[in-house]
Amino acid sequence: MRKVIEGSHAVAEGARLARAQVISAYPITPQTHIVERLSEFCADGTLDARFLRVESEHSALAALIGAASTGVRTFTATSSQGLALMHELLHWASGARLPVVMANVNRALAPGWNIWADQTDSLAQRDTGWIQLYCEDSQEVLDTTLQAYRLAEWVYLPVMVILDAFFLSHTYEPVDIPDQESVDRFLPPFQPRFHLDPESPCTFGQMSPPGVYMEMRRSIQDAMEDALLAFADVEEEFSRVHGRRYGPVEAVHCDDARVILVTSGTVTSTSRQVIAELRARGEKVGLLKVKLFRPFPVESIRAALGRAQKVAVIDRNFSFGASGIFAQEIRAALCNLPGHPAVFGYVAGLGGRDVTTATIEEIYIRTRDAEAPQGESLWVGLQEVKHAP
Amino acid sequence: MHLETSDQEYIHSGHVGCPGCGAAIAMRFVLKALGGKTIMVMPACCWSIIAGPYPQSTLKIPMLHAAFETGGAVASGVRAALDVKGDSETTVVAWAGDGGTFDIGFQALSGAVERNEDFLYVCYDNEAYMNTGVQRSSSTPYGAWTTTTPGRQWKRLRKKNIVEALVAHRIHYAATANIAYPDDLMGKAAKAKTMTGSRFLHIFATCPTGWRLPSEMSVKIARMAVQTNIFPLYEVEDGVRYTINFMPKGYLVNEYFRLQGRFKHLTDEDLAEIQEMVDEDWNLLLRKAGMAPA
Repeated sequence: MRKVIEGSHAVAEGARLARAQVISAYPITPQTHIVERLSEFCADGTLDARFLRVESEHSALAALIGAASTGVRTFTATSSQGLALMHELLHWASGARLPVVMANVNRALAPGWNIWADQTDSLAQRDTGWIQLYCEDSQEVLDTTLQAYRLAEWVYLPVMVILDAFFLSHTYEPVDIPDQESVDRFLPPFQPRFHLDPESPCTFGQMSPPGVYMEMRRSIQDAMEDALLAFADVEEEFSRVHGRRYGPVEAVHCDDARVILVTSGTVTSTSRQVIAELRARGEKVGLLKVKLFRPFPVESIRAALGRAQKVAVIDRNFSFGASGIFAQEIRAALCNLPGHPAVFGYVAGLGGRDVTTATIEEIYIRTRDAEAPQGESLWVGLQEVKHAP
Repeated sequence: MHLETSDQEYIHSGHVGCPGCGAAIAMRFVLKALGGKTIMVMPACCWSIIAGPYPQSTLKIPMLHAAFETGGAVASGVRAALDVKGDSETTVVAWAGDGGTFDIGFQALSGAVERNEDFLYVCYDNEAYMNTGVQRSSSTPYGAWTTTTPGRQWKRLRKKNIVEALVAHRIHYAATANIAYPDDLMGKAAKAKTMTGSRFLHIFATCPTGWRLPSEMSVKIARMAVQTNIFPLYEVEDGVRYTINFMPKGYLVNEYFRLQGRFKHLTDEDLAEIQEMVDEDWNLLLRKAGMAPA
């Protein structure tokens, strides 16, 4: 059924269709529309789930760790400060190999208070062992939420479905909402490999001395590597049932491009328009959208970018003392590739500032005309700030 | 009351607790009362170690270790999942020390009790962060030395009254218990098992290591805590109905304090002051139980 819905509601529709069994959440703008809609689904019986209205994001994830350890399908959603508060338990969920699915609405971190789009919240969690999937539009948000469950329950790692604040979470778009029967075919009920059970008592998560800990950590990396392969299979199965696929990355006009823009999230949509116009003017420009961030799809990225002369990475995030985070990852992916392209890093749109077609065209022109990158990151659209003496 | 004590043991004879560990005794009695259809959630505490390293386990029941501050929340999630699966028989227990209950875990506990989550929360109270080497908690009593209240800076603040804090939530059932009174302890655990909603058991559990006490004194000291009114045995139902389970003869606190190395710096004047505090608390409890003029 095709309906015009909000990005937030696309997440909620995904969790409903996935038949999440235990939901636990705490309010934070701009995530609230997700959990409000799920609360309505639970209240009117559309979704048969237990909804825990906990007292913090920390407890939201803690409760799901308990529920997933007991062998049921779980869901939560958060944003920014809430995700930062969960940090300890993000490590716990992956270390315990629990297939929790969470939506994170990318929002800037305080201070000062800022509720608008910025990816630093989720990218700062890149080392926590969660699979991360960045979405561009509402259809992708819904589809990715469904795929997230298949992937999580395949490799036993938690999955974060990520969408930009407001540009995506609060924007209405037409979305094809699949029927329950087709989703059930794609996503059968969760059959846990292990769970808490008095009939078969086991202890989970106890003291693990140096003699065993390293192997446990390695198993998480093995699962991440499996996830890269499993993601392709999940997409294949999803496209067979629902006719759509996205790929870990999407390359647009990369085959003959001299300069390739690298984007994630909603900046991708704006960039699609810019490169179409530039191509019409004869510019050899391409676009690489990165959807899968953990595990990082290094081979797909090398294949797409390897033949270009220059790569311009647009980061709506920043790692202080280093550079934009996607730029770091792209550099690392390319550095051992002989004759790899020069990587230009651009920081734009922090704290919800608009990244317009003009911003993106400026980034392209600067990259095209520069001989080599000047430093790790160039901040685009900065205003001059006069400091008191 | 003498309970039919189960012969069944749910704790193996080998564990890695210190000699005389009150927390190990508390676990043995509670599990005897609850039986094997129990899932235990265990935030960081001494028992995280006592339970044994991978791949061993001290307990014969399923156990989920959890982050320090998450006992109330993780237990809520386990209960929710069991409900979804239609399992109403299994008892969910959160098992935490005083640090994980009074301090870092208090928010998650308060949230769970406000939501009236259906599980039993057991706090075994050894009155400091013992697993990390005897640092003060908000459960450490007035007068105590710890490694973070050393020398002249011994703790001059009163112990937080955790039962009253939960009673203020109108918790369905809250009770104190003590390793020196096993019938009372097992009776309360068995009673709590039959109830639904949030239940809280506060168990006084001696730590000979941290209290600077010979291990063979563990149970004796615990008994003295009740007999001196320092740790009264009582229950509160629905936040209003108080029952005092043991009426002591009114021994003075001095001997309890003099036997423990953690209090050896206290003067007679200090002990007199502490006696006044204990009397004050006891009289307050009597009034709540309707056993003294308001």
